[in-house]
Amino acid sequence: MSIAIVLIEHEAGTVRSASLEALGAAQAAGCEVVAVATGSDAANTTAALGEHGAAKVVVLGGDKYSPDGLAGDLAKIVREQGAKAFLATASSTGRDIAPRVAAELDCALFSDCTAFEADGDSFKLVRPWLAGKLIASLKSNAPVTCATLRRNTFAPKATGGSAEVMQVDSSTDFRAVLSKIEAKAEGMLDVAEAPIVVSGGRGMKEAEHFSLIENLARAFGNAAVGASRAVVDAGWRPHAEQVGQTGKTVAPQLYIAVGISGAIQHLAGMKTSKVIVAINKDADAPIFKIADFGIVGDAFEILPRLTEAVLEARAKV
Amino acid sequence: MKIVACIKRVPLTETQAKVAADGKSLDSAGVEYMTSFYDELAVEQAVKSKEQLGGEVTILTIGPGSASKELRESLAKGADKGEILVDDNWSMRDNRATAKALANRLREMGADLVFCGRVATDRDNASVGPMLATYLGAACVTDVVELELSEGKGIAKREADSGVESYEFSFPAVITCQKDLNEPRYAGLKGIMAAKKKPIEELPLEAEDNQIEPLSLDLPPARAEGRIIGEGADAVPALMDALLNEAKVL
Repeated sequence: MSIAIVLIEHEAGTVRSASLEALGAAQAAGCEVVAVATGSDAANTTAALGEHGAAKVVVLGGDKYSPDGLAGDLAKIVREQGAKAFLATASSTGRDIAPRVAAELDCALFSDCTAFEADGDSFKLVRPWLAGKLIASLKSNAPVTCATLRRNTFAPKATGGSAEVMQVDSSTDFRAVLSKIEAKAEGMLDVAEAPIVVSGGRGMKEAEHFSLIENLARAFGNAAVGASRAVVDAGWRPHAEQVGQTGKTVAPQLYIAVGISGAIQHLAGMKTSKVIVAINKDADAPIFKIADFGIVGDAFEILPRLTEAVLEARAKV
Repeated sequence: MKIVACIKRVPLTETQAKVAADGKSLDSAGVEYMTSFYDELAVEQAVKSKEQLGGEVTILTIGPGSASKELRESLAKGADKGEILVDDNWSMRDNRATAKALANRLREMGADLVFCGRVATDRDNASVGPMLATYLGAACVTDVVELELSEGKGIAKREADSGVESYEFSFPAVITCQKDLNEPRYAGLKGIMAAKKKPIEELPLEAEDNQIEPLSLDLPPARAEGRIIGEGADAVPALMDALLNEAKVL
């Protein structure tokens, strides 16, 4: 059985769902999983990781965070464990660290993969090209297959097991060191991670009207706010919320596009969402072509009503 | 001070992607190219850094000889010279081979500060910047939205999922540029004229073999045709019914 090293992300010891998905992906590809958790509270992740199929958890100690330092430590663990794969989530951290680990191992990197399968001695991966306009199936000829996995795409697997825990000191040989974090507002999910995304476009007419989008997102309880490029360029919303070719690629369970006409660059970033709802004044807007359900009409009337209906539905559960 | 911006030519954003006859590469017939959006930010930041700290800006690319078109555009915005590592197979080169070839050249040049786009908008790997930094043994901060440089060191702010992270680093350093870092300038007529006289050197590329082997390239599966549920706020109950009972996503 080949071994896969999986970089774990957690929030104060609570493992992020995307990391549980990565553990599931490694197991589905027939790998034995060694999870690596780092940072304060990393030791609190071990039970959850064992329950989701990690055979071993390496807890990396150390009080400073350096992406090059972490990548060096991970490459060392890959070598020591004789791993055939290194996996991370396609989050901002995963996409920062994984290329460095790949280069430390002198291997290519497969980014933002939507499939990861065993293929003889190696692996087969699927990932988008040209922002999802094309889908590439690729074979890895790298000695260690390094990949980041798209979030909300792979299924976690609860095994109820428990992991062997290893404590390792992290390196102190740093080239760039984290000195400060300005955290986002409490409780706001990232648009690429949230299971539900409510996005607004030009049709919202003014930055202030995004309160209607925020209210609907809040009503769901587990939704993030997204935005089209036009409204980000206009300065109405931060770039971190932009969905599409020059923003983030998202694949939530439910994507609600409000006042977004559906330029190809936007569609590229969200069309693998499970269910798409479009709300737009213009019945001919291209967004309706890919939406499962559409409402033609005035977003300013529809959004408050929808928010109310969502709150009612949640109150009943 | 040696400052380098690495750029890549990519198909125009509006390109209608077509699969070539081999079923595993992009049909390049009629495809027009441009500098990848984020690489334009890299060029701008390189020129800005030169304006602040002095030195010389080189634009480095891997591509066909005709990539001189994109290089000239960068030279017109204030870069001093261009270099093409000439590669007829540039569009299929994987990120490891690309990063190694660039790192080798950057090492020869003795680059102090390297700027890359955060991602090239064709393959979307967002990998070459941090990979070449690792091969160089240089510091690297990715997805940078704010950069403060002084003699031999800097502080970069990076856009992360959970907020904004600040990193301290020393040169040599590789910075990958995220939207919001700067507003690329337009090349004026004077810049365009000056660019014609600036040198562009073509160097042979010695690349290693790819480790990424394409098996097939396909159009994404079409989504099943959806339906318009209704008009205006009165359609909300029908939409909720569809989400709760038909799609079962809530």
